[in-house]
Amino acid sequence: MTDAAANSVAWLAVAVAAFAAWHTVRRQPFSNPLFYAAAVLEIALIAMLVGGCIALAGTSRDVDGVLFVSYLGTLVVIPPAAVLWGIAEKSRWGTGVVVVAMLTVAVLCVRVLQIWKGINV
Amino acid sequence: MSDTGPNPTGTAHGFGRALVAVYAVFALAASARSLYQLATKADEAPVAYALSALAGVVYIVATFALATDRRLLATAAIGFELVGVMSVGALSLVDGSLFPDQTVWSDFGAGYVFIPLVLPFVGLWWLRRTRSGTRGQAKAPRTHTTRGRNH
Repeated sequence: MTDAAANSVAWLAVAVAAFAAWHTVRRQPFSNPLFYAAAVLEIALIAMLVGGCIALAGTSRDVDGVLFVSYLGTLVVIPPAAVLWGIAEKSRWGTGVVVVAMLTVAVLCVRVLQIWKGINV
Repeated sequence: MSDTGPNPTGTAHGFGRALVAVYAVFALAASARSLYQLATKADEAPVAYALSALAGVVYIVATFALATDRRLLATAAIGFELVGVMSVGALSLVDGSLFPDQTVWSDFGAGYVFIPLVLPFVGLWWLRRTRSGTRGQAKAPRTHTTRGRNH
């Protein structure tokens, strides 16, 4: 279950990144659909933070809790920060910021899963 | 399109926005990693963890300088970053025992898809490219119009 959740959120982040990249390439300004897409991802990340904390409390395995929760917390902060920083930029690179942020979210999701499974890289 | 804020040719605008975002990610990654390493296992590989912390500080300074258009500080930080990734990358290949645990700059940033290696070059290129605009040299008007059309 955890695998599917983390992986689907990672793919969702990649999809939002692709959507934002489409804006960047087409020189489209920050659009409402992109904002909603980022909002959906943000809701998924909040759900993952809550679900992750519950799962951490319930597991008997030896998971690095501090690292795990700090990753989940960082994930929640990234999309709003990127949207605020990107929306203030009126050139095509405003959405470029969102591309960078969403790819970061995807990578962090994969790392969260590794930490959950106890794989230390 | 051309009114991108009070200083449209500053380092934090246009492509610089995305660059600052990448720097912010690395500032976070390197400093958070080192804080965690120093807090939980400082005695295991003090050199590597101190280096992670140093890298984190350098990325934070570079992010701040680029975001606030402090070009001298940005040049210094990115120059240090370039020297850092080059020397640590080379040293970690020559003698792996120097860095028993990973840092952002080990193996030229291979653990971070070599972005740490490419980033300082992009940063210095960007500082160079935006320079003409702020100094008001002959190139400035051209930069202005192309910016309006292309970005």
